[in-house]
Amino acid sequence: MGRKLLLEHINVPGINTFDVYRSKGGYASVEKALKTLSPDDVVEEVKKSGLRGRGGAGFPTGMKWSFLAKPEGVPRYLVCNGDESEPGTFKDRYLMTHIPHLLIEGMIVASYALGAKTSYIYLRGEMMPQIRILERAIAEAKNAGFLGKNILGTGYDLELYVQPGGGAYICGEETALLESLEGKRGNPRIKPPFPAIAGLYGCPTVVNNVESIAAVVPIINEGGDEYAKIGIGRSTGTKLISAGGNLKRPGVYEIELGVPVEDFIYGDDYCQGIANGKRLKAVVAGGSSVPILPANLILKTINNENRLMSYESLSDGGFATGTMLGSGGFIAYDEDQCIVRNTWNFARFYHHESCGQCSPCREGTGWMEKVLHRLEYGHGKMSDMDLLVDVSKKIEGNTICPLGDAAAWPVASAIRHFRDEFEWHVTNPSIAVTNNYGLAHYADPLPKLETAEA
Amino acid sequence: MLSVQNTDAPVTFTPELLGKFADVVSRYPEGKRKSALLPILHLVQAELGWVSAPAMDKVAEYLKIEPIEVYEVATFYTMYFLKPQGKYMLEVCRTGPCEIVGATPIMEHIEKTLGVKEGDVTPDGLFSWRGVECLAACGYGPVLQIGPEYTFYENLTNESVDKLISDLKGKANN
Repeated sequence: MGRKLLLEHINVPGINTFDVYRSKGGYASVEKALKTLSPDDVVEEVKKSGLRGRGGAGFPTGMKWSFLAKPEGVPRYLVCNGDESEPGTFKDRYLMTHIPHLLIEGMIVASYALGAKTSYIYLRGEMMPQIRILERAIAEAKNAGFLGKNILGTGYDLELYVQPGGGAYICGEETALLESLEGKRGNPRIKPPFPAIAGLYGCPTVVNNVESIAAVVPIINEGGDEYAKIGIGRSTGTKLISAGGNLKRPGVYEIELGVPVEDFIYGDDYCQGIANGKRLKAVVAGGSSVPILPANLILKTINNENRLMSYESLSDGGFATGTMLGSGGFIAYDEDQCIVRNTWNFARFYHHESCGQCSPCREGTGWMEKVLHRLEYGHGKMSDMDLLVDVSKKIEGNTICPLGDAAAWPVASAIRHFRDEFEWHVTNPSIAVTNNYGLAHYADPLPKLETAEA
Repeated sequence: MLSVQNTDAPVTFTPELLGKFADVVSRYPEGKRKSALLPILHLVQAELGWVSAPAMDKVAEYLKIEPIEVYEVATFYTMYFLKPQGKYMLEVCRTGPCEIVGATPIMEHIEKTLGVKEGDVTPDGLFSWRGVECLAACGYGPVLQIGPEYTFYENLTNESVDKLISDLKGKANN
């Protein structure tokens, strides 16, 4: 088992209360930052840590912070993105439910670094229990002098509020989230200007994922250099992985980046293999938006190296044979799962969640859902696979926000790797309604490189 | 098609509810009252069970914005009910990770047990159900939630659903 930086004390009884959290060394990073470091020092530590945004994009957090404009007399905002809606991802809910003070502590340090006097934690509306948990934790922290006016006598003031969304996946996109926080529909904004220049209420704003902000706590406590020693290459630190699907032991795991995928799926410390003694067919490694891979390609790269749980290793091979770490929403599919049905299910999700602003996404997601529905229910044509790829290409890159790409990638990758299963649905329509294609050759030795590149 | 629905029932917000509104509004800078819209619509729905056109008009008046600004938000976000629902709305996650561990059979079981189609209300007014998209509880599926508290029920089986429904019936009749 690797080091735990975020979840070390998760099983301590009462860790959700201020007193117990404090007794385990909680809020030490606030004392250290506010009393001994300048805001720029904090930014520098986060830069040194190599922390990359944990929401899915993987953009370096310290660099994002350093882009924040600081015009005189204009308020700056930190907004925490707790919209967590990417299918397969449930780590932020877990963290906030069990150890809410870790997020509050991170918010205080990050707000101090950015010079924010008011910060918001935006949670998806369905997380009402977590909103109450966080509000209680905020009240406790305020009572202890870690929030409000003149924190710890340092002269720094900060108010922290929790804001519910209304049930919209698109609000996980940072500009849609800001629109929503302003009381509007969650339509993403055209960038530039980026939120760092004109974000909430037109003021300079940083939007960070829950886990990214929580990671600031160990970074400040131990120093950015120490944090950067954990992990592998440019994938530094630990990452929360939400493991779901047909696993023997699903749940949230904190891993040191670089654990082999095979260990993560089958290891005793992690998911302990596939449920009910079945075999692995496919994996979606980073939330529904990332390309799905067959078992052979998730365990090994095309060059026959062990695939690791890191940003670089998971994307090894590009989209031809690789995928992405994304948000760490790890979904395992056993041999009885139907890839066509799953692809239709995801297409329906993106169609449902498209905000409707851009035609390629609004219309394209609807058509992909319709075509996949007919394939799944025995009315597909052999030409449908090329049609789907064609539609997906016309969405990808042609929309204001990445929802279009997120909708296109799962469809394109399913056809890239599982085309024979789609064809089987066309040639065996009545059987495909009741039976599944099965494991086929997806767990077999690696495909030839030429095939993969075609 | 989503549309706002009218009602003849007069809508009044209690002083207690208005107090909660004021608390929400105080979180934003001067002149940014509109930010309170989503939280206030949640409060209205928790109180009235759904958001009717007259209720939205009153919210608009309170926030000093146009009614259309409330309608466009209420119809965009999926959590706001634009027509009356059962006292308990069972929202079952239907997205990928829950689907592969049996969300569809759970929805079929709920439909059979309650005897109403998705989106309809049982004759006693107690229940409705619908499939919703990912609820961020993928490791514990199948999963459903019930507002306005948004309590989660995880690792659902037909038996646990039966027990939940009978518990809720018991609670409602007491």
